[in-house]
Amino acid sequence: MVNRILVGAHYGLKDWIIQRATAIIMAVYTVIFLVVIGSVGPDSLESWRGVFAGGFMRFATFLFFISLFYHAWIGLRDIWMDYIKPDGLRLLLMIATATVLVGYAGWAIRILWRT
Amino acid sequence: MAEMAIKKKRPKNLDLPTIRLPLPGILSIIHRISGAALFLLLPFLLWLFESSLTSAETFASFREVVDHGLVKLILLGLIWFYMHHFCAGIRYLLLDVHIGADLKSAVLSSKVVFGVSIALTLIVGVQVLW
Repeated sequence: MVNRILVGAHYGLKDWIIQRATAIIMAVYTVIFLVVIGSVGPDSLESWRGVFAGGFMRFATFLFFISLFYHAWIGLRDIWMDYIKPDGLRLLLMIATATVLVGYAGWAIRILWRT
Repeated sequence: MAEMAIKKKRPKNLDLPTIRLPLPGILSIIHRISGAALFLLLPFLLWLFESSLTSAETFASFREVVDHGLVKLILLGLIWFYMHHFCAGIRYLLLDVHIGADLKSAVLSSKVVFGVSIALTLIVGVQVLW
């Protein structure tokens, strides 16, 4: 008989770390974004586009989006695991969540590199 | 081993009218609700972001949508959700490294999170939306 307790150390540690790493990336980006917006004060299409035209802001925004979607995946997964008990439904919701988030990532990349 | 721990006698309080969620608990559930709401509105926000950058026509329709009073109110709510999630998240990161983990500072830091996130919402919201 296998006597294993499935709540010990290291279960989910990787996700726990990624949740925090992505949070820090997004927090830093938020400050940078607010400072840039505050100093540029974009009020037209041209100036707003200009914010994301530079290599740094475009890459930083890309990094923000990828962090956001991964962070959202871990958060949503936690919510499904907390409230949805039937395995089939939980799995379905997890797959749906992961699918839309991958789609959003593609969408975000298209927005950032088309302009 | 695990069963023994579960069977251990613990004090119970099921007198419902006397049970209330303490401030750090309210902060915690709003952290979860705000995260879920921001996720649900991601397609709307991405669509707004896309139309704000694509062309003069889409930029004009973006302006029109954002100028609507109801949309402004929703966006202000989302900015509050973002700021709350941001501030409460920083509080959790500090708790992770054992800063402010005792009861007194946990209640105090919850008050700070509510105060700062509402102040940031008003500052950023008014700058961006009006």
